[in-house]
Amino acid sequence: MRIPRYTAQKVAFGLITVAAVSVLIPLVFVIGYILVQGIGAMSWEFITAMPRGGMREGGIFPALIGTIWLTIGAGVTSIPLGVGAGVYLAEYAPDNSFTRTIRLAIINLAGVPSVVYGLFGLGLFVIFLRFGMSILAGSLTLGIMTLPVIISTTEQALTTVPQSFRVVNASLGGTTWQGVRKVILPQALPGIMTGVVLGLERAAGETAPILFTVAAFFLPRLPHSVFQQTMALPYHLFVISTQVPGMPIKIQYGTALVLLVFVLTMNLVATLIRRYYRRRRQW
Amino acid sequence: MPIPAVPKDVDWREFFVEQLIRLTGVSAIALVLVIFLFLVREGVPSLLEVPLSNLLGQRWYPTFEIYGLMPLILGSLLVTVGAIAISLPLGVATAIFIGEIAPEWVREILKPSIEVIAGIPSVVIGFIGIQLVSPLVRQFSGAPTGLTALTGVLLLAYMALPTIISIAEDALDAVPDSYRHAAFALSATHWQTVWRVVLPAARPGIVTAVMLGVGRAIGETMTVMMVAGNAARMPLGLDAFLRPVRTMTATIAAEMGEVARGSTHYHVLFVVGLALFIITFLINLAAALTIFRQQRGGGGRFLA
Repeated sequence: MRIPRYTAQKVAFGLITVAAVSVLIPLVFVIGYILVQGIGAMSWEFITAMPRGGMREGGIFPALIGTIWLTIGAGVTSIPLGVGAGVYLAEYAPDNSFTRTIRLAIINLAGVPSVVYGLFGLGLFVIFLRFGMSILAGSLTLGIMTLPVIISTTEQALTTVPQSFRVVNASLGGTTWQGVRKVILPQALPGIMTGVVLGLERAAGETAPILFTVAAFFLPRLPHSVFQQTMALPYHLFVISTQVPGMPIKIQYGTALVLLVFVLTMNLVATLIRRYYRRRRQW
Repeated sequence: MPIPAVPKDVDWREFFVEQLIRLTGVSAIALVLVIFLFLVREGVPSLLEVPLSNLLGQRWYPTFEIYGLMPLILGSLLVTVGAIAISLPLGVATAIFIGEIAPEWVREILKPSIEVIAGIPSVVIGFIGIQLVSPLVRQFSGAPTGLTALTGVLLLAYMALPTIISIAEDALDAVPDSYRHAAFALSATHWQTVWRVVLPAARPGIVTAVMLGVGRAIGETMTVMMVAGNAARMPLGLDAFLRPVRTMTATIAAEMGEVARGSTHYHVLFVVGLALFIITFLINLAAALTIFRQQRGGGGRFLA
């Protein structure tokens, strides 16, 4: 028996719609659930106080501050290098096998597992360069992990700038660098910023790369320099949800909520930058 | 695309900036080499200390200097294959929905949502796995614990989805509209067009999506460490999914913090890392070459 073809289409499209919806449901449910369970833990004290009583009371202030430091550190490492490499690929690189090798290297950097970045950071920064477990070592590790995202989004943002901009620059006698600095980069800036924020969002939420390079189980005070260890939100959530027996469930959900809000705010910022400038774009 | 600048007197500043920018580009190659070098540097001593037969063994008991990597490799393989088996059909279906079926406003909701999934930290997914998914798995399977390979598979599948969806969607998007118009002109239904014309045309891109999804799943660390139970046993037999399993990534993350620097165990963990690096390198190389074959140049959106 042959199934009538419009029936087949209805069935197939129905299944596909169900699949797409079933991808969204866990997302909405998980965010909602963490919000409902974690909101009870929220208080000014939870955000701004040191942990007490074996981390079962008090707040998560040092972990939050640590994550902010690490995110900034990762940005300082990855933005100049990543934007530079993106500019090179989009504006300077000739179409030859060497450029393809660079692209291949970037694709491979993007695929290196986060825990392997952790091993690399341990081997190079912590041991070989003698930074010890420190904010410096952790920031550099996270920054390198973020590089591929920033490079590829920068390149994309630059390539969407119309070719006519470059032609006009050249016709006015501008050099490549003058064109990049005064014409192309300003036009591509919103796209680059979106990529940077999305890359740093991922760095802020990562745990595996900081396990052996910076993260501390518990520190009674805030770090004073980049050569010290720090607590960090993702590692803190890992610790309190698997390593500390008798941890109040409310604090676990509260920590998860703060981490989620931190990361999703960055996501929202990236989306807003993109939306806002796409509407204002003149080309 | 570079426009050849008008030849003029070489300005030293221009020259300096250009070299600096070139250097940042080249740094990507340097980084891959340096990462490889340091994994080798810290890992290779173990190859001198531990006989190969030991490393290829079926038992992992570092306390007794038994460093068989097979259970870890098979553990990684098991959860990865399981995860992709779920996320491939789900991901491709979602990509078809976004690319071919959904009205504009639904697309505007779906695409950012999928970016949000990609942005959820793996430790949060692991936490939810412990709190919500593992009790469910225990209830339905009747296994003594909910921290099983299956729990890891379910969560990894979800985490691999954004990668698979976005690349598959790009692949569908790259199929020229003339293909669709030709199919419609032959009075094919929309579904026949998608199934018989668009999907086959997008197949190389979908293969790439699967490869990068595999790379994503095999490298995931925190989630599997938190929910998969971490028992380093050979995951053989039909019920392997319902037993705890230990992956390569989880082994490194769980044990590196406790080993003495410079010990044999320490060096072996770097060998595990080196193996992971090589596996993901090969997967990504294959994926990249597929992309390069399709379109000369262009890093592709999937990196972001």
